[in-house]
Amino acid sequence: MAASSSDIVVRARGVTRRFGEIVAVEGLDLDVRRGEVFGLVGPDGAGKTTTLRMLCGLLEPDEGEIEVAGCDVRRQRERVREDLGYMAQRGGIYDDLTVEENVRFYADLYGIPARAREERMSDLLRLTRLEPFRRRRAHQLSGGMRQKLALVCALVHRPQILLLDEPTTGIDPISRQDFWALVAELRKGGMTIIFATAYLDEAERATRLGLMYRGRLLRCASADVLRRGFSGQGCEVLTPERARARGVLRQTAGVVEVEPFGAALRVFFDPALTSPEVLRRALEAEGIPEVTVRPLAPSLEDVFIALIRQHERADRGKGGGDRVGH
Amino acid sequence: MWERIREMMRKELRQALREPRMRVLLFLPPLVQLTLFGYAVNLDVERAPIAWMDGDGTPASRALRAAFEGSPHFRVVATPMREDEGRELLDRGRILMLVRVLPGFAERVQRGEMAAVQILIEGTNSNTASILMAYATRILRRYADEVMAERERRTLRALAIAREAPITVPELQVQTRVWFNPDLRSRNYFVPGVLVNIIAIVTLILTAMAIVRERELGTMEQLLVTPLRPVEFILGKTVPFALIGLVDVVLVTSAALLIFRVPFRGSALVLLLGAVLFVLTTLGMGVFLSTISRTQQQAMLASFFFFMPAFTLSGFAFPIRNMPVPVQYLTRANPVRYFLEIVRGVFLKGTGIEVLWPQMVALLIFGVAIFGLSVWRFRRRLE
Repeated sequence: MAASSSDIVVRARGVTRRFGEIVAVEGLDLDVRRGEVFGLVGPDGAGKTTTLRMLCGLLEPDEGEIEVAGCDVRRQRERVREDLGYMAQRGGIYDDLTVEENVRFYADLYGIPARAREERMSDLLRLTRLEPFRRRRAHQLSGGMRQKLALVCALVHRPQILLLDEPTTGIDPISRQDFWALVAELRKGGMTIIFATAYLDEAERATRLGLMYRGRLLRCASADVLRRGFSGQGCEVLTPERARARGVLRQTAGVVEVEPFGAALRVFFDPALTSPEVLRRALEAEGIPEVTVRPLAPSLEDVFIALIRQHERADRGKGGGDRVGH
Repeated sequence: MWERIREMMRKELRQALREPRMRVLLFLPPLVQLTLFGYAVNLDVERAPIAWMDGDGTPASRALRAAFEGSPHFRVVATPMREDEGRELLDRGRILMLVRVLPGFAERVQRGEMAAVQILIEGTNSNTASILMAYATRILRRYADEVMAERERRTLRALAIAREAPITVPELQVQTRVWFNPDLRSRNYFVPGVLVNIIAIVTLILTAMAIVRERELGTMEQLLVTPLRPVEFILGKTVPFALIGLVDVVLVTSAALLIFRVPFRGSALVLLLGAVLFVLTTLGMGVFLSTISRTQQQAMLASFFFFMPAFTLSGFAFPIRNMPVPVQYLTRANPVRYFLEIVRGVFLKGTGIEVLWPQMVALLIFGVAIFGLSVWRFRRRLE
């Protein structure tokens, strides 16, 4: 990696964590640079929460090393805590306390003097537009407001690095928009943000993405790079005779996957063996009428699913290779 | 460190005292319990309904009846004529005891022979039955003594007249004096015991639930990334309930003294010291139960599961010396027992530390051991 090591604020090397028989995270290597918004994306059970918990010292890895802001998480826990803000999945809000009381409670746990505390609280409440609800009890807040309050509580000690675990799960779209606008605001202020999410549209907010699947980090890149790296491998085929075309395409060399998508077919192929042009000719040779082939603008979802498939195939291949070897 | 503990405590008290419902729950049950044990629970037998079957109908048998009616413990509510009538009254629970004076009672007494009175007692409640039996026996004995004394006196008088010289009759008097609870009121015995119950419930159950609640809500995770250390968390969680428990002690003690006029002969300081030592144990147990419970319901059930046997075997209602010997040994491992001894000692006997120190040392040992174990388990569970 070209970035100088001082730029890297979160570094994980060979991190593995097991819960009994289950391997939650396996051999995770991760570098997050200062000022990045890094998104850990993956389905439920991929190991995102476990990863975040290990980064903030709530869980200890069985193997591997984690450094946050240049400190070893295990040995310099106290210092890491000052630099880290963490917002757990369910947030740390006490329903029976008011907005103010929640913020003051966390500020006092971090030992922030009363005057600085009041100032910061006002700033943060203004930023999150929670100011009018200062004296309202948390259980009377909407889901979105609650989440913003949780964010305020995680920010009150001014961390350099913010970890968010599925911060917008179960929140309405407008509040989600609002929340991400806040995150963008924080990033402008120079904060490094790492978040976990299962929503791929949300992953677009990240400057860089890490795709996690079954405890492993499959790929780390920006959404654009991921998509571009993928664009040569897929196309959309339109024809009135969709079912027959699907059958033909499946027989064609180099085609990996054919999936119906709306009125069209989505075709994924190996660019070394075939191309959209070759596919079009193959279809026409079989007498399929009105064939239109256009390049596919893949969504992150496509990329992600394709990566998972690749990964599974590689796993199977490895298994087969092993058998040959023995 | 102290600031963080103080902050945790302030938050906890705020949460506990904010909800009107919670406030009521913290302070009303102690008073309700006190009232229950003060007024309702009463093992003394007074004005027990009895039936009188007089098969003799002589001045002698009527005198015996007068003796029963003159006692505050009995009142004659029926005079059945036939045996089956009396039996039915017993069956229906209308009376607790049936006294049958057999025919020829007066004659036999007159002749100085053995005279029989049959007493049938409803024995469903063995405790009441034995108390009734004791009262009835006492009245009968006194009656018999009087008859005897009268006969003796008459004989002696006759003798004196014959001898023409006075003869003094020796008299033996038994004076019973009960110490510590002279009126033998069960209220005096139970009301101080209520203290034990209340402190245990407030500190044990509420602590366990308050800790589990943080886990249930997911706030525990958030707290653990702050500089708050596990020990600070535990202290911040337990001390507020200890304070509430001690406020309850003051509340219940005042009510016991003012409303129920229970004697308080010892020192309030000794009682407070005992309460603090006891609370150490119950809080430690609360933390321990929180480490084995996942939800607040589980915490509550676990608390009751622990507390009910401990309370039953504490000697609160059932005397320990009546228990089988192995169980008696078992009660030595019961912290509730020691605190109950301290409470009753202070209230009724006025004993001080010079007598109660073994109980206090026992509580201290329990407290330190349980608290240590719970903190250790709690830290391990965080991993």
